[in-house]
Amino acid sequence: MEKAPAAPHPDYDLLRPIENPGKSFYYIVAVLLVIILYTGYVYIRQVYYGLGVTGMAQPVTWGFYIINFVFFIGISHAGTLISAILRLSKAEWRRPITRMAEVITAIVLAIGGLHPILDLGRPDRMTHLFYNGRLQSPLLWDIVSITAYFTASTVYLYIPMIPDIAILRDRGVKPRWLYEFLSWGWQGTEQQHKVLDRAMNILMVVVIPIAVSVHTIISYIFAMTVQPGWHSTIFGPYFVVGAIFSGIAAILVLMIVFRKIFHLERYLKLIHFNYLSVLLLVMSLLWFYFTFSEYLTGYYGHEPNEMRVFWYKFSGAFAPYFWTMVTCNFLLPLILLSNRKTRTIPGILIASISVIIGMWLERLIIVVPSLANPRLSYPTGIYIPSHTEWMLFLGGVSVFILGYMMFARFFPVISVWEIQEGRQESAKTVTERITSYMPDPEPPLAKG
Amino acid sequence: MKWGMVIDLQKCTGCGECVAACKLENNVAIVEPKESEMGRTMLWMDMLTVYEGEYPRLRVRQFPRPCMHCDHPPCTKVCPVRATYKNEEGIVTQIYPQCIGCRYCMAACPYTVKSFNWYKPEWAPGIRETANPDVSVRPVGVVEKCTFCVHRLQKAKEQAKSEGRNLRDGDFQTACAESCPAGAIVFGDLENTSHRVNPLSRSPRATRLLEDLGTEPKVIYLKEVD
Repeated sequence: MEKAPAAPHPDYDLLRPIENPGKSFYYIVAVLLVIILYTGYVYIRQVYYGLGVTGMAQPVTWGFYIINFVFFIGISHAGTLISAILRLSKAEWRRPITRMAEVITAIVLAIGGLHPILDLGRPDRMTHLFYNGRLQSPLLWDIVSITAYFTASTVYLYIPMIPDIAILRDRGVKPRWLYEFLSWGWQGTEQQHKVLDRAMNILMVVVIPIAVSVHTIISYIFAMTVQPGWHSTIFGPYFVVGAIFSGIAAILVLMIVFRKIFHLERYLKLIHFNYLSVLLLVMSLLWFYFTFSEYLTGYYGHEPNEMRVFWYKFSGAFAPYFWTMVTCNFLLPLILLSNRKTRTIPGILIASISVIIGMWLERLIIVVPSLANPRLSYPTGIYIPSHTEWMLFLGGVSVFILGYMMFARFFPVISVWEIQEGRQESAKTVTERITSYMPDPEPPLAKG
Repeated sequence: MKWGMVIDLQKCTGCGECVAACKLENNVAIVEPKESEMGRTMLWMDMLTVYEGEYPRLRVRQFPRPCMHCDHPPCTKVCPVRATYKNEEGIVTQIYPQCIGCRYCMAACPYTVKSFNWYKPEWAPGIRETANPDVSVRPVGVVEKCTFCVHRLQKAKEQAKSEGRNLRDGDFQTACAESCPAGAIVFGDLENTSHRVNPLSRSPRATRLLEDLGTEPKVIYLKEVD
């Protein structure tokens, strides 16, 4: 069969990166692979010598691995949760955003979920968790909820991709077997659309409670101990808010990056950034509210051990990190995003990056100070991450970039069919919906 | 049976004999000075120093700190693989081959008594030969802590069984209690009314560390009285 040249497509801009990847793609992949291979070597070295190659000691027995675990899983709330909420609330402006957000979740969750394994002193005994696991331990809850979230969010990413994969299949994009296989015989019939809609509706309702449970349970790892600074009932919602907050920041950064390199200005318009950044601002205020409540309660309770951790953060060794966190998560986004003049693409980019840094610092500030200040009269703990830990962090970020690039190489990062559907139908459905909000016309007077 | 320990701080001189005896008895690894400075010293029995008051009324107190063997241990609650648990005699034990090294128990322990094997433990040539054959040597990557010398209990039980009798008072002593030159550490069955620990644990001077946490430690300190 003769291969027909790719026909012009109204949304060719979205398909171009797949049909004609540039050369720079391969250079970046090569650089990332080198970093990842080196990270692999560093990790194998850690397995060989033991966790002594890290900067962890007593009493700070948890460090970068747990911090990054919480951080990455937090970022993963970007996707599925945001996209499910936007879909569920029928926000029409979601169309170019949902796919990007869901991809973040799938990739970051895989990376974050592996972090506790990096932290194990005996990764060779990991299977003990399955045949000797204690369900009373919050770590087991985590395994359950993260597995559930990963499964649900990858399915939730994949299902709305099927029509797009079929578009690529029909255009004869290589590798054909991949698109042939993944499109599952999608023909775009009415029946198929009905089933797809049904599946998406079920998934987005299911995925929201799972996503909320994931970060709540991560907070439980800390909250279920009696340690000062950790044993707090507010931790569940506090972590969920922080997770969504950092997730939105991550989506915004990625949207700006893809807009620039794939020239998607026609799709990712200022209005999308405007709406999302207002959401980021709202989350920033919520985050501040939770942080304020958490520390004010601690301060007024004035329990001596709690206060030791409190001052360690406010004016002690961790004060620089603490106040940077407050600046990055609250002051900077508040100033940049509440002002229309600075709520521009560069302003949003700065605010989003600052939120990502701030949220990472928040994880650091939650994990280390409580451990560094034991209750009994031990010397205050010191934690200086080693080269190994920094490399594994960098490696994790590289895996994320590589994963995202590979996705964008083979699949459209913006849902083509949903954009098309939006063009054709949303004006009509939205009008219908708005009409349905309107007061009913007066009933005709009964004829008497 | 409920094993417990009474430490009389009036008698304790802070000499550190218990620390040394414990280290030798239990084959606790000696780490390099550089590691030790990082905070990786391994001590099942530690000697803690408390500074009370301010100059010129400064007072320095020292007290030995084994594992508290809590009746409601925060560490066993969080272990994902049951590598630490409270046995029927009240001893909080560690199962080294079961431990996956997540260090959750270390993070959860309010007394910070646990140590981790950051590297494979190594012994200098001379020390290797003096190791206690009754205590297993821990591998890299697992958590360890004071076991109330449970290997000695095991031995005493076997001895009693071979002689066809019940365990008697004094059949079993921990290394720290045995070594204490001031006789400040008394170890025994808290449920046995005839044992010395029993009246001592009810002394008006008796106190437990961080009692308000509800962990119910089985290590009882007798306060100093001036």
